[in-house]
Amino acid sequence: MLAGDSSLIPIAGATDVLVHWPGNLEAKTRSYLDLSGLGELRSMQWADDTFTIGALTTYWDVICNEQCAQAFPLLINAARQVGSVQIQSRGTWAGNIINASPAADGVPVLMAYDATVVMQSCEGIEEIPLDEFYFGYKQMRRRTDQLVVAIRMPRRAHDVEIFEKVGARRAQAISKIGLAITHSQDGWRIVASAVAPTILRCKAIETLLEEGSPVRSPDDLMAAIAKDVSPIDDIRSSRLYRERVLARILYHDLKGIVPSFV
Amino acid sequence: MRRLEGISKLTGQMQYVDDIHVEGCLWGMTVRSPSPRGRIREIRFGNAVDWSQCVVVDHRDIPGPNEVFLIERDQPVLASDYTRHIHEPVVLIAHESREVCRAAVADVQVIVDEEPAALEYRVLPKPEEVQRGNDNVLKTLKIEKGDVEGALANAAHVVEGVYETGAQEHVYIETQGMIAWVEDGVVITKGSMQCPYYVVNALKHALAREESGVRVIQAPTGGGFGGKEDYPSHLALHAALLALKANRPVKMIYERSEDMAATTKRHPSRVRHRSGFDAQGKLVAQDIDVAIDGGAYVTLSPVVLSRGIIHAGGPYACEHVRINGRTVLTNSVPYGAFRGFGAPQTLFALERHMDVCALAMDMDPVELRRINLIRDGQTTATGQVINDGTDRAAILDKAASLIGLKSKCDEHASFNATHPYLRRGTGIAVFFHGAGFTGSGEVALKSRVRIAGLPDGRVEVLTSSTEMGQGALTVFTTLAADRLGLEPKDIIVAEPDTARVPNSGPTVASRTAMVVGRLVERACDDLQQRVGLDDGARGDVVRDAIAMWHRNNEGKALYGEAIYEKPPGINWDDTNYTGDAYGTFAWAAYAAEVEIDLRTFSARVTDFVAVQEIGSVINETLARGQIQGGVVQGIGWALLEECVQERGAMKNCQLTNYIIPTSDDVPPIRVVFLENPYEYGAQGAKGIGELPMDGPGPAIANAIAQAIGVSADVLPLTPERLMTMMDSAHV
Ligand SMILES: Cc1cc2nc3c(=O)[nH]c(=O)nc-3n(C[C@H](O)[C@H](O)[C@H](O)COP(=O)(O)OP(=O)(O)OC[C@H]3O[C@@H](n4cnc5c(N)ncnc54)[C@H](O)[C@@H]3O)c2cc1C
Repeated sequence: MLAGDSSLIPIAGATDVLVHWPGNLEAKTRSYLDLSGLGELRSMQWADDTFTIGALTTYWDVICNEQCAQAFPLLINAARQVGSVQIQSRGTWAGNIINASPAADGVPVLMAYDATVVMQSCEGIEEIPLDEFYFGYKQMRRRTDQLVVAIRMPRRAHDVEIFEKVGARRAQAISKIGLAITHSQDGWRIVASAVAPTILRCKAIETLLEEGSPVRSPDDLMAAIAKDVSPIDDIRSSRLYRERVLARILYHDLKGIVPSFV
Repeated sequence: MRRLEGISKLTGQMQYVDDIHVEGCLWGMTVRSPSPRGRIREIRFGNAVDWSQCVVVDHRDIPGPNEVFLIERDQPVLASDYTRHIHEPVVLIAHESREVCRAAVADVQVIVDEEPAALEYRVLPKPEEVQRGNDNVLKTLKIEKGDVEGALANAAHVVEGVYETGAQEHVYIETQGMIAWVEDGVVITKGSMQCPYYVVNALKHALAREESGVRVIQAPTGGGFGGKEDYPSHLALHAALLALKANRPVKMIYERSEDMAATTKRHPSRVRHRSGFDAQGKLVAQDIDVAIDGGAYVTLSPVVLSRGIIHAGGPYACEHVRINGRTVLTNSVPYGAFRGFGAPQTLFALERHMDVCALAMDMDPVELRRINLIRDGQTTATGQVINDGTDRAAILDKAASLIGLKSKCDEHASFNATHPYLRRGTGIAVFFHGAGFTGSGEVALKSRVRIAGLPDGRVEVLTSSTEMGQGALTVFTTLAADRLGLEPKDIIVAEPDTARVPNSGPTVASRTAMVVGRLVERACDDLQQRVGLDDGARGDVVRDAIAMWHRNNEGKALYGEAIYEKPPGINWDDTNYTGDAYGTFAWAAYAAEVEIDLRTFSARVTDFVAVQEIGSVINETLARGQIQGGVVQGIGWALLEECVQERGAMKNCQLTNYIIPTSDDVPPIRVVFLENPYEYGAQGAKGIGELPMDGPGPAIANAIAQAIGVSADVLPLTPERLMTMMDSAHV
């Protein structure tokens, strides 16, 4: 159906699609594709070296999964901080990716676990690393005929796993800054949200960590942060606040874990 | 006694105005001004909808004067050729379909030739921004006692400070809503409101009708906090105008974003203090300047200013006081009533300032307050002699010890010295709140209450005071039942319907339980007399006497009645602003413990204590609920709630971006009541509705200042603002 009508909008949990529904006159003229009949997309599969969640997997599904708590604790951590229980039990990880909000909470932890987005269309299956998926504000490498069917993550041993959500209050808040950090044999992953048009890996910070350059205060991170991110002043916060708080969280959270942070 | 309507609210059975089905009802909506100031040149109707199916109302459809009846009549019901703020209503549209109505509103363009807007109340307007007098000042008020300059000149210490607070949105759970229809020539409006008779007066005036030509019914109301004091008059007029033109019932329900953008908020304020102390720290002079942003029309601002300046000097004894207040016009959406009504703003300034003074004089903040607290026989800023036997120092000490102001001091100091990024502190504020209308206001209101004795021996309480979640229904039932020795089930509290209930005044100013409740008691006494009983009669005797009266007077109505009488010895001079501003004050000390995360600059309240003397407690659960709810609202105002303004209108008018506290942002709130019955309040009660809004702001700001050494002189203390304050404090 998606191949036949490029204006069709898939609906999973609808927690993004319907937010502005009552007053949004334009939205009512569009056509929607209800995915709820595709039961097989609500699944979690553990292979030896990968963990795959189907596109209809909700936050709540993951929160309730004990194996996940062991192997991917940040997924649980982030899921618990999404909206409220009502949103957690309807909202899907795939919907979070495709909604492409720079302030999303699901995307940073997925990206920090090197997730890939698995999409299917009449032309076949395509798998794209999440950290290469976005190329601008709400712009992504998905054609309108492609349906996300799954999200896949490699199973690795991590010795550092941190997720921080800075919202304007302790629950039911949209992130002003989000940060997901992992470390494994494959190196550091530092993923930041709400500080650029897309959620992204902070490559300069990652390099700084790999090289072990000394960091003596949050200020020592500002140069790398300036290379990685480009926050804005908006209704929720300011550029300066976002940059400085990102530096402070990185510094305090990694101090004591990373020897070069003194 | 349990809250009477609690179960029906909890289970969703309560029918709010949006739930009420009205046959043949149209939806009404509002086209608003896009500009803060200017001449309306043209109103353009597009062709996206079939206009022949819409009912359209503008200023020409108003039968009477195009004025919303309030203190002054400067505010139009619908802007005609000039607009003074963004979101000002210009055109009303009704249609059977809510969707089409939305589309129609979007299809109208209001073209304005803009003129320079005044948007800043803290500085003098430029000549081209002047719209009232020569300085845009809407009202000035002044309190003067003794010789301030002389006392300051001789003071051992003089401490100055400037304090500011921002606007606050009410966020009642139920947005504004109203239905209007015409029945037998009478215009009837039913909706969410605090003050049915305010709506009556507004309808009478602008619709040019006699009182018998209008009728107002309060629907169950999901919160008000002052936001439904004056605004429902506007909505009722709008709905009524549409209903009159359509000749059909019209329902208007604001969506959340419209409600947040277009209706009133708490007045932003700036207060300057200059205080003189003697060498021992005794307050010898208070020089206080209060400015509040009134918005585009006068509305209730003069009265908010009045309560603000009367509370500005606080619960302290000081012989030389000067308080100057002014409310200034800006081209912003008009500010309005909000729980506390000016007092939270001035008490924030005062109580934050007391900590600043203590620091400047190297004194303990509790000690500084204790030695200056008013004692019986001493006077307030207006010269009102306080003589109520309340031990105010005990209130202060209780709050200080419960929060651990002293005991936790060392613990916090060592925690702060060692933790990499968390900082803890405690703060306190002591304050008072006058209950009821200010000065001679209650006398002018002449509130009236009736108690009907019914043929079956039950009684019905008739007042225009509204239940809006605060518990008025339950309290009135308790008062009448106790007074007559009847069971609560024998008491009916009438729906506030102006065709049936007398005018017992507006449901505002913490006056309902204390003032109107007292009238309920006196009306009960009157009823007993009318059936030939004396005051002591209780229970079956009363029921039987009422039933007997009806057997002897078949077909007639039996009423006991009471009209407000000023308690003896109360005198107020409205010209000089001296005398007894309120019949009584409630006294309180609130204390907070906070934790600041220096990674994110966010402050969190970790413990809160609210100690107050409120006369007698009529219903402990409801009273505690009022205090805790007010504290939560105060925490929001202090830390989270920021109205982001753009051209005089709120930009963040969604609940995702206007941040109120969730249950997770609220600490345990320990509430302590000290009782000292007030002779002229129902069962000895004083008003408590607004009181809890006054204390959290300064207590929290003081705690933050103590923890991280910032000035904390502006609310809300959002993380972004704290970051800036820390930068300037070089921490
Ligand atoms: C009250 C509230 C609170 C919220 N709080 C948070 C929060 O704290 N953090 C956060 O990150 N988000 C939050 N959200 C946003 C939202 O819940 C999440 O983004 C959620 O993950 C979206 O999932 P969904 O299944 O509901 O998506 P939908 O609304 O169904 O869809 C979102 C987008 O994804 C597309 N889509 C969905 N599934 C597919 C698919 N299989 N293939 C292709 N396209 C697809 C849709 O077409 C649409 O464009 C909140 C939303 C609400 C209403």
